[in-house]
Amino acid sequence: MLEDIYTELIAEHSQSKENRGNLKNPTISERGHNPSCGDEITIELEIADGKIKNAAFNGVGCAISQASTDMMIELMKGKPVDEAKRLAKLFVSMIKGEVTDDSELEDLDEAAALKNISTMPARVKCATLAWHTLDTALQHR
Amino acid sequence: MPDKNFLNDFPILQSKMNGHQIAYLDNGATTQKPESVVRAGCGYYGSCNANPHRGVYELSVRSTKVYEDARKKIAAFINSPGISEVIFTKNATESLNLVAYSYGLHNLNAGDEILLTISEHHSNLVPWQQVAKATGAELKYIYLAPDGNLSEKDIEEKITGKTKILAVTQVSNVLGLKNDVKTLAAKVHNAGGIVAVDGSQSVPHIPVDVQDLDADFLAFSGHKMLAPMGIGVLYGRKKILEEMPPFLTGGDMIEYVTEQDTTFAELPQKFEAGTQNVGGAAGLSAATDYLLKVGFDEIEKIEKDLTQYAIAELKKLPYVELYGCDSERDNKIGIVTFNVKDVHPHDVATILDSEGVAIRAGHHCAQPLMKFLGQNATCRASFYFYNTPGDVERLVAAVQKVRKVMHLA
Ligand SMILES: Cc1ncc(COP(=O)(O)O)c(C=O)c1O
Ligand SMILES: [Zn+2]
Repeated sequence: MLEDIYTELIAEHSQSKENRGNLKNPTISERGHNPSCGDEITIELEIADGKIKNAAFNGVGCAISQASTDMMIELMKGKPVDEAKRLAKLFVSMIKGEVTDDSELEDLDEAAALKNISTMPARVKCATLAWHTLDTALQHR
Repeated sequence: MPDKNFLNDFPILQSKMNGHQIAYLDNGATTQKPESVVRAGCGYYGSCNANPHRGVYELSVRSTKVYEDARKKIAAFINSPGISEVIFTKNATESLNLVAYSYGLHNLNAGDEILLTISEHHSNLVPWQQVAKATGAELKYIYLAPDGNLSEKDIEEKITGKTKILAVTQVSNVLGLKNDVKTLAAKVHNAGGIVAVDGSQSVPHIPVDVQDLDADFLAFSGHKMLAPMGIGVLYGRKKILEEMPPFLTGGDMIEYVTEQDTTFAELPQKFEAGTQNVGGAAGLSAATDYLLKVGFDEIEKIEKDLTQYAIAELKKLPYVELYGCDSERDNKIGIVTFNVKDVHPHDVATILDSEGVAIRAGHHCAQPLMKFLGQNATCRASFYFYNTPGDVERLVAAVQKVRKVMHLA
């Protein structure tokens, strides 16, 4: 159980510095937090020609929230805005346990590794924070 | 009393969590209920249920008696000088809001000061912020010395003639340190102010005597002291309560109502609008019986031993940082707050959960204190008398696994 959640991949992503920091010219900066547990992130997106040209984040929180954010930022770089919105919805569906066909999850790349969180209701919010924040950031795009 | 006896009274403590017998160490959040309390609540609904104070028939009289007997029991439990000064609420939060809105809003003005400590639970902080905003009174804080106790310097400097009210927790729900409320009350009274005491974390664990403390208000929740959720208490000094306007208005709290005006009932009904939680009051009454049967000497001794044991064991782990565990005053009450280096408390709590150990992780509804401590969040293990040294051992063993699970060791 626990090993399926706290995998090496999650540990790496939660500690990785690669996507942390600020963009030079962010188009959007969006803050998200879970008041109940204190996870807090700010994501920055640079958008041009309907695409996410670059993305970065800053944040503090549990390994799951931070790894999930890192994976998402990685995944979003270069994605068209519409595709980014679709992936955010797909991720949330996955965590809610609504995706039955695993092949659909391939589009989420490494973030698909967080699927097992769906068995831990107390941690669902940690995993989905970044993706909800992205969804809000892109709402009017 | 051997711990086995307690476990027999609390069947839930013998149940399993993630395949392990539960080590329930989140008593600061809420306590488990002995069967006598569960029976008292159900028993009321089984044989005495009717709307109290309203019916003339016998069942309603019985219900009224259950409710008023509970009030008498609580009055004796906190050594209230009278019975009518004990007001039932739904929890400590409502009790503190009652004080803030009924007393605070009507007695504070621009230029006055509301004094809090930085350790206050949001329930004893946010309502005072609202009062400050509405009245123009200023919020001031007593900060902490390095050992986690209130800064003596701040106590000397910040209690002044401007201090209209000190709202202070008797025991911090994060650091577990007991404040010397009696001395604080004397100082505030000397300066002309009053004192509202948050007893949420003290009343369940130590004998609290409102006359000895000379407290003007004392708020606490039943559910943190074996009773059901949804019943709480506010004690208030009679003279002050009598001068306060009601908090909520409506049924049961009136004398006469005409089209344009109302006269209010006497204490305590003045502050108990609407149908009350009689089953909860019956449960709270049974809870105080249980606590007195165990005895506070015994409760304090058991909790102190568990706390000291947990601190000593956790101190042996170089990657564990403890907060408020170095007080030399012998005032630590059943709460151990800590962090595991490089691991977020949320992850620690999940890993402990997988071993059947229930602790709290987060800001503990005390964000200003967290900021003061320089932490985003912490882990908190909080004990009650029914916990055992075995629970402490389970906690420590689970903490030892944390860094490995996180691929840090
Ligand atoms: C010190 C303190 N004050 C107030 C409260 C609020 O209690 P309740 O949520 O029962 O109103 C709590 C418990 O969470 C507490 O620990
Ligand atoms: Zn989290």
